[in-house]
Amino acid sequence: MMAHAAAFPTRRVILQVILQGAGAVALLGLGQAALGVVPALAAANDAYPEDAFRQKSATDAIKLLYGRDHEPSDKVKLDAPEIAENGGVVPISVTTTLADVTAIAFVVAENPNALAASYKIPAGTVPAVANRLKMAKTSNVIALVEAGGKLYSATKEVKVTVGGCGG
Amino acid sequence: MASSIRVRAIQNGDVTDVQTLIQHPMDTGLVKDAKGELIPAHYIQRVSFEHNGKAVFLADWGTAVSKDPYIKFAFKGGAKGDDLKVSWADNKGATDSLTAKIQ
Repeated sequence: MMAHAAAFPTRRVILQVILQGAGAVALLGLGQAALGVVPALAAANDAYPEDAFRQKSATDAIKLLYGRDHEPSDKVKLDAPEIAENGGVVPISVTTTLADVTAIAFVVAENPNALAASYKIPAGTVPAVANRLKMAKTSNVIALVEAGGKLYSATKEVKVTVGGCGG
Repeated sequence: MASSIRVRAIQNGDVTDVQTLIQHPMDTGLVKDAKGELIPAHYIQRVSFEHNGKAVFLADWGTAVSKDPYIKFAFKGGAKGDDLKVSWADNKGATDSLTAKIQ
């Protein structure tokens, strides 16, 4: 149980670390600097992937989030509408028959920031997620599934008649 | 004040189906208000789900998640009457949490 708590630190835990002294914070900073070579993997484990969410392009966001390329797989089933009348609320879900799934993410290629949502799937959790996303305009939606140390994907174009990002 | 979180966790065979709705504006920071001024970004960044204290699901969100977010997933190992805790935190530091019983 402690291992899981450590994997997903809450704000309270972070606060406690800060309160325990500047020394601890300095050490943490050094650790992150040393891990700078593999920022995506280090960040993927606990911290909110702020940088990945800021990327404009799908390719950059995926690289930052997972640090590797993805390959299309027919074992990833992306369910999204052909046409979304309201780009503000597009129901999108993914399921997969792949084993050892550790993470799932959704990328909307043409959005101002491509990465929409990233999910961590601990062992014992069913590798399937349904959510509702905003789409600025007609775009490819990419579902990414990280399984067994590899990154698989499924892509589908969703046509949007009214955008959902203020356009 | 009523909680911003509505969660329904239903035991279905050996898996627990979890559906969650959270009330939140999820402002992207790209939309202008009636006066033509940009509404600052205000969105949930992280939602975590714990079953009896053990993390079963973690969501990291950008601004592209719809207003009043909906999320559905399922996990194994739950049982009727167990606690499922849902917590979120947004980019302005606001948080909320709710503990529901698995039905």
